[in-house]
Amino acid sequence: MIVEEIMKTNVITLTQNHSINDAYKLMLHYKIRHLPIVDENKHLLGIVSDRDIRDALPSILIDSSKQRNVLLKPIKMIMKTNIITGHPLDFVEEIGTVFYEHPISCLPIVKEHTLVGIITKTDLLHTLVELTGAHQPSSQIEIKAPNRAGVLSEMTSVFLKRKTNILSILVYPYKHDEKYKMIVIRVQTINPTSLIEDLKHAGYQVLWPNLPGIQL
Amino acid sequence: MNQDSIFIYSPELLKYKFSDHHPFNPLRLKLTLDLLMKSNAIKTNDIVPPRFATNDELSLLHDIDYIEAVQQAGQGLLSMDRAENYGLGTEDTPIFPNMHENSALLVGGSLTAADYVMSGKANHALHLGGGLHHGFRGKASGFCVYNDCSVAIRYIQETYHAKVLYIDTDAHHGDGIQWSFYDDPNVCTLSIHETGRYLFPGTGDIHERGHDKGYGFSFNIPVDAFTEDESWLTCYKEALSEVAAYFKPDVILTQNGADAHFLDPLTHLSVTMKTYKEIPKIAHEIAHQYCDGRWIAVGGGGYDIWRVVPRAWALIWLEMTENRNDMNQIPSSWISEWQKKAPVTLPLKWEDDDCLYAPIPRKAEITEKNGQTLEKSLFPIR
Repeated sequence: MIVEEIMKTNVITLTQNHSINDAYKLMLHYKIRHLPIVDENKHLLGIVSDRDIRDALPSILIDSSKQRNVLLKPIKMIMKTNIITGHPLDFVEEIGTVFYEHPISCLPIVKEHTLVGIITKTDLLHTLVELTGAHQPSSQIEIKAPNRAGVLSEMTSVFLKRKTNILSILVYPYKHDEKYKMIVIRVQTINPTSLIEDLKHAGYQVLWPNLPGIQL
Repeated sequence: MNQDSIFIYSPELLKYKFSDHHPFNPLRLKLTLDLLMKSNAIKTNDIVPPRFATNDELSLLHDIDYIEAVQQAGQGLLSMDRAENYGLGTEDTPIFPNMHENSALLVGGSLTAADYVMSGKANHALHLGGGLHHGFRGKASGFCVYNDCSVAIRYIQETYHAKVLYIDTDAHHGDGIQWSFYDDPNVCTLSIHETGRYLFPGTGDIHERGHDKGYGFSFNIPVDAFTEDESWLTCYKEALSEVAAYFKPDVILTQNGADAHFLDPLTHLSVTMKTYKEIPKIAHEIAHQYCDGRWIAVGGGGYDIWRVVPRAWALIWLEMTENRNDMNQIPSSWISEWQKKAPVTLPLKWEDDDCLYAPIPRKAEITEKNGQTLEKSLFPIR
């Protein structure tokens, strides 16, 4: 999956001569925390986060009447200009690494020097949830299976036999014994009982769920 | 004539049947009615037949092309490719003869119930064939073709301009109704169900609170697997009384899936008949407290059709008709009629034995977790 498939394209922006107050109001209105700052050609000049604005605001603990004009200063005085950006053709996994390595929460997406989109950490998390299939009506089955070639193919034949559509499969190592893997399958059915019977019959250990505190 | 309670039924409702081996078995309706009759708890003139919902009425919720697809499917004219796009012809919702007509009758039953209650011809109406809460605008899902509850609520809005509180106690999340009215502040949905961690449909998290103008009018209490009576009832009673006080409905619509019972094969909750006796009792109180008695009750899930569903559903009617049910024993005539057809031993009493199941490990933790879930879910109105 690449970035252009998940990025937001209707990006809310300001120019560098807008006031800090403009930025503050816009963030409140759209419930967003980052504003890319662009010139008339949509070229990215900087970015302002809600933290930058907070740093610029007077402290609520001191008499702020003298500082009221702070909000009228132009954004260019507080915007960050050393920006990490992404490209629409970047892989989503790469973006995940960028967020992991840098203390940032959003990534402006730039193509030919022009701002074309934006991705936040929240968007990335949402995409992950969608990838697991958890937003579509489905049941979840967890299976402990031997860690060897061909297991997935053998196992999924059970689902074919029952004509049940698989929405997603997640495979991860079994924490307690590396000879096994956990396979998490989301299936499009309200009644996985016959599938579970078949899987158990084929020798797999199924969690759907078990009694609390009982480990596979 | 004004009646206190009506029971919607006709034998045609039994034709909403996918196959002989499908877990959604309409025989439940017949077993329930027969139990009530043999208990002398229902009279013939309490029974009102359902009408058919028209295509116009169905399209209050459903897409025209979906309705057409269901019509074609029921005549054997829908290709498998197209059927799959509509969720038809799957293991959950296989195609069966006349599936449009038979599904439209279930919806019509809920409309009949709505008309009786909203026009004041009856205070309460029970339609156990309804409660197909997984049906979507353009897709069949989870044994449900058309969503009678969503259609009935739209119909009540258009015809009677009333505020509806929908209460769903099925073990599965009432996703179809929640998404139908997600942005509507005049319909409030409250669903108590087993967490979607494993169980279908996976949604129904406490954070699903509504969208746009409807924000704050969707409540979900996802309880942990293996939840028992006491904890389940605490969640139900507190949530229902507080949500009703907050929303002040004109009418309540309760979906009474009976699949949270310990014996149900499809879910992992551990409630007993105690819960099924309390559910309609509290709903009844709320209906009189806020809605001048207006209460429509429908069925839903429930897959132990012999030992659980007939008793659980009959209890709704007993509560509705203020039959205090001092009966202890199930009528022997009902048992002798059905035992030979049942693959399990039928219960002899209305209540479950105390030793129905072995003690659940970590009961205290499950109860504590459910308490937190309830607290978080109701936080905005507390």
